[in-house]
Amino acid sequence: MASKKLTNIYIKDAFSLAGPVEKEGAIKDYDIVIDDYYYHTKTFEQAEIKMQQVVIDGILQRHNLLHSDIDLLISGDLSNQISVSSYAASRYNIPFLGVYSACASFVESLLVASEIMEGKRKSNMLCVTSSHNLSAEKQFRFPIEYGAPKPNTTTFTATGAVCVLLTKEESKIKVDSYTVGTVVDLGCTDASHMGAVMAPAAAKVLIDHLLELNRKIDDYDLILTGDLGCIGAKIFREYVNRAYGLKIKNHLDAGCELYLKSQEETYAGASGPVSLPLYLFNKVLKQKRPKKILLIGTGSLHNPFFMNQKLTIPAIAHAVSLEVKS
Amino acid sequence: MNKDEYKKLVEEYTPKEKKLKNAFLAFLVGGAIGFFGQVIVTILETSFGVETKDAYIWLCIFIILIASLLTSFGFFDNWVSKCKAGLILPTTGFAHSVTSAALDYRKDGLITGLGSNFFKLAGSVLLYGIISGFFFGVLGVIFYG
Repeated sequence: MASKKLTNIYIKDAFSLAGPVEKEGAIKDYDIVIDDYYYHTKTFEQAEIKMQQVVIDGILQRHNLLHSDIDLLISGDLSNQISVSSYAASRYNIPFLGVYSACASFVESLLVASEIMEGKRKSNMLCVTSSHNLSAEKQFRFPIEYGAPKPNTTTFTATGAVCVLLTKEESKIKVDSYTVGTVVDLGCTDASHMGAVMAPAAAKVLIDHLLELNRKIDDYDLILTGDLGCIGAKIFREYVNRAYGLKIKNHLDAGCELYLKSQEETYAGASGPVSLPLYLFNKVLKQKRPKKILLIGTGSLHNPFFMNQKLTIPAIAHAVSLEVKS
Repeated sequence: MNKDEYKKLVEEYTPKEKKLKNAFLAFLVGGAIGFFGQVIVTILETSFGVETKDAYIWLCIFIILIASLLTSFGFFDNWVSKCKAGLILPTTGFAHSVTSAALDYRKDGLITGLGSNFFKLAGSVLLYGIISGFFFGVLGVIFYG
């Protein structure tokens, strides 16, 4: 069984940085916004390293924390060998774990940190996630300036970084439980239709979570998936309905909500591990409702080599539930 | 739900691409570039007295220069996403593909970055262009002497 109810683990705070397209989107009050994809560095990859360091510094300064106050830093991103996270972590004297499950990395970092914290009496941990539109394009697709024509199902990798401070001290946001997902492959081969690739994995972890913790879908005010995109979100709801006979009414997809419909360059919505925390901390948790939220981070585990070898794309989704006190 | 059933579900919810519209747009844009090229060739021939054979070489150089400049100034990618394949197919596309790859890897070293990735997209065009050129050359010799 891969689900667990947690006792007293809390999210104390989060620090967000958003990129040029994100600041024009549906959310206006990020902690920091950047206009320049280079962020005063020489390359996009170095910019992403700086983005991670800025959000870590931001949260340490806001709460007057020293490196020695943090027990563990867990980070994830989309670069080769998650090297952005490793390079960013090299500046801190904090024990470090790197995690990768593509765009589900944020939820993975939360659940790994929660599990390690569970047995401790006092602890502070940081979970960091970032993605950068142009370093991801370079990594996974064509050269940036090539601008190959894209289908409508394409999602747009969000640029941003989020650092979350987890503690054992009581705060408004409680990390209630988690479910580790299963890798699911339903035969999709189109890397520009990642919503379709990931929807079955999201459905699987949702059902596992409900069954293993003996909960109902209506126990949650909101099911928030990471980056299925507007088309993938519809496929997800229909798939859950047809495959499991469950109707979802309280579902939102962070990727679909992050941008405005008028931002045509974002096609079917945002993707990237940062889209879920950007939307969660800067929109959902700033509202009075919802109180019980199920986060489902979704990741398409493809790799350019295997795409060229014509393999189908496996996907993963992890779930973490939050309880918000007013 | 098995893979085939899921494939059907995905197709049901995936909006259709406007292929006819895109093809028509590409036809118009590609045709316009061809027309523009012909105008330049004619001007070179009539006003500057350049021979037809040389005029086409000058045109090729000119188009490659323009496309590379437009790529490096960041215009070309936006136009490609609007004009679809019409901009990619002519000589402009070849120039654009090497320039965009060069821009991506310019900070990764002249040899290990720019040099080795320069033909990342255009390499296939070169390789199969040269191979097919060779075979058609052989055929030409066989049939036309």
